[in-house]
Amino acid sequence: MYGKGILKGLSVTLKRFIETYLDEIKWLGKRYKTPEGIAHRASKNARGIFTVQYPEEKIPVPEEFRFIPFLVYDEGSDGRKTLRCTSCGICTKVCPPQCIWIFRATDPATGRPAREPAEFTVDVDICMNCGLCAEYCPFDAIKMDHNYELAAYKRAIFNKEQLAKPASYYEGIRPINAAREKVARAAKEGRK
Amino acid sequence: MAAPETTPTLDLANCFPGIVTSDTRPGYSGCIVEKSRLLEVATMVRDKLGYDYLSSVTGVDYLPEDKMEVVYHVYKTTGGPGFVFRVRLARQDPIEVPSLVSVYPGADFQEREAWDLFGIKFIGHPDLRRILMWEGFQGHPLRKDWREAYYEEESKPFKSRWPEGKMIQAESRNPFGNNVAYAAGFDVEKLVPDDDAALYKALARVDAKDEGSLRTDHVVINIGPQHPSTHGVFRVAVVLEGETVIGLKPVMGYLHRCHEKIGERNNFLMNMPYTDRLDYLSSMSNNFGYALAVEKLMNVSPPERAEYLRVMMAELTRISNHLMAIGALLNDMGCYFTPMLYALEERELILDVLEGVSGSRMMCNYFRFGGVARDLPEGILEKISDLAFERLPRRMDEIERLLVDNEIIHSRSIGQGVLTAEDAIRYSAAGPLLRGSGIPYDVRRAEPYSIYNSLEFDVAVRPNGDIYDRLMIRFDEIRQSIRIIQQAVKRLPSGPIMAVKPMYQVRVPAGEAYGRVEGPKGELGFYVVSNGKPCPWRYHVRAPSFINLTAFGPMCVGQKVADLVAILGSIDIVLGETDR
Repeated sequence: MYGKGILKGLSVTLKRFIETYLDEIKWLGKRYKTPEGIAHRASKNARGIFTVQYPEEKIPVPEEFRFIPFLVYDEGSDGRKTLRCTSCGICTKVCPPQCIWIFRATDPATGRPAREPAEFTVDVDICMNCGLCAEYCPFDAIKMDHNYELAAYKRAIFNKEQLAKPASYYEGIRPINAAREKVARAAKEGRK
Repeated sequence: MAAPETTPTLDLANCFPGIVTSDTRPGYSGCIVEKSRLLEVATMVRDKLGYDYLSSVTGVDYLPEDKMEVVYHVYKTTGGPGFVFRVRLARQDPIEVPSLVSVYPGADFQEREAWDLFGIKFIGHPDLRRILMWEGFQGHPLRKDWREAYYEEESKPFKSRWPEGKMIQAESRNPFGNNVAYAAGFDVEKLVPDDDAALYKALARVDAKDEGSLRTDHVVINIGPQHPSTHGVFRVAVVLEGETVIGLKPVMGYLHRCHEKIGERNNFLMNMPYTDRLDYLSSMSNNFGYALAVEKLMNVSPPERAEYLRVMMAELTRISNHLMAIGALLNDMGCYFTPMLYALEERELILDVLEGVSGSRMMCNYFRFGGVARDLPEGILEKISDLAFERLPRRMDEIERLLVDNEIIHSRSIGQGVLTAEDAIRYSAAGPLLRGSGIPYDVRRAEPYSIYNSLEFDVAVRPNGDIYDRLMIRFDEIRQSIRIIQQAVKRLPSGPIMAVKPMYQVRVPAGEAYGRVEGPKGELGFYVVSNGKPCPWRYHVRAPSFINLTAFGPMCVGQKVADLVAILGSIDIVLGETDR
């Protein structure tokens, strides 16, 4: 019969339409704006309304998510902040769009290069979020951020102060990676 | 074991003494052909040796040797390794070489590209115009002595970044317009573009003829570049008689960024994230092809676990790409957004997996030379197996139920836009386009790479070569990909994921390599020439979206203009890859 295929297709859309309501009833108000509801809508059993109402709801990002690098600093017991960056320049050498600029500091006493950056600039508009800088940094000093809400009216050029974030923040967004790196760093220290 | 076959080089060298010599440079293979008898040699390669499929044509500028080279990669559609032949030319303009369009019509766009970017003139080419750069552009950008706007240094990393990196914005250093090379006496303010006369002249025409008492004439219409159905900034100039297409020329390059020039300024690793931006719907496959090419040069092979991860990711990418292709094709046929959104739901779940593994939904940058960037994070394998064993098979059944018996889809697609098997090979069509025309050619089987040899799957093939078959072949391929992922999940071994120590600057020995994979859109090849320096000397992408468009014109001739959009949708192009 002509039109059978169309009817068959329409039965699929009708089924989905009904499923939407069944799923709403099953979850009774907990389907939206709750972490379980959001997780359900991104799971293999998701059916019905699939979308997430951003910005009221946000999908949690996975640990590996990467968006714009930041510099990690350690806080000493006296509250002093020391950037882990030693200004070795590997991130500038690996950066594909060449958006990282480092001005190496000099030791005022000796006049020799110091193991810290005097200025560290990332042209965020040019950054392609590839994550290579974080991947190849031997000091775990530059890492990729999770904050993706950076829309701005002006061009975004981040300097050292804007880029610096505490190690506790890093451990918060990437707990598994941070723990693994801590162990590796300790082992390296032990070898020395 | 069968007796070793005589290599084609020897055969050819005997047939054409003095004309064909084998290439003895270290790291190179194949043979060098004198340009005077290139056509005869190519005809023999095609007819006698059976290399009927021209995969890639590209130029290489050997500036230090003052030579220009045209490299041809040919394959047999029955499978097996390929054959490379090349022509070496003096680097003085005019650089001329006979065109191979008469032997391999698939060379059409690729030769135009080589003319555009290298200034190699292909004598006898039917329509040798620029293809990616704008008309009136001065110079040929891929020549090694050509410098782009905002030129800073020959290769990255730039010295200004470290240790005295004082941030300067490129555009403030080079205000727009001051760093573009123009010919002497050229004033951009007074430029009158020579409009599209050459394009329209190239279109097939029929003479105005009298039909009875009616004088009929043809109409030229432009579809795009701003048109929702062209999948991006893509333009088609069509000649119509009534509603019937009698000639057609695609116009592209609106998204051209000279990817290959950027690639030659970059070092080897830096290119990896750039490949993501080619076919941005299937970045894992792009990574795969590039990694294979460079690994061939470096002579490393990834450990087993990495191979499994690579295959799993590439197949997930294929599924998500085909879902997009199906949805977009249905949109193009007027079935607005229901199938598209059904497909996007499943794609969304696949992208979640890719994001969890690589850190980004679309720009994955996951492959490294000798392995992959990182191991599977916790919980991802379960997600993949949930998808492969439960969700995707169930949902694909549903989408098929929704679409494949639909009478409107049948009448729009069956018998429309037919590409015959012979034409598909002649025009170097690849991927679903080739297999939809009845040629069971799949690089994963024809010249297996990675672990595809040990996996069970069938090469999807459909016999008719019409839009419907190209739609259905994508369903078939999704099912095969699910099968592959199921096997990979079951057999995923433990072990390291990198064969070599991760390095930010890899050492790549001098030589050339052509790495190709079966991307979702077709055969994706990377031709890389290294001279032992940190940056590739030549980096060429054999883009399936670009070359598949060669067959677009012939497929549309005789069709109604309304079907043109559906035919384009069934090729499945992505402009990031077409224009590079």
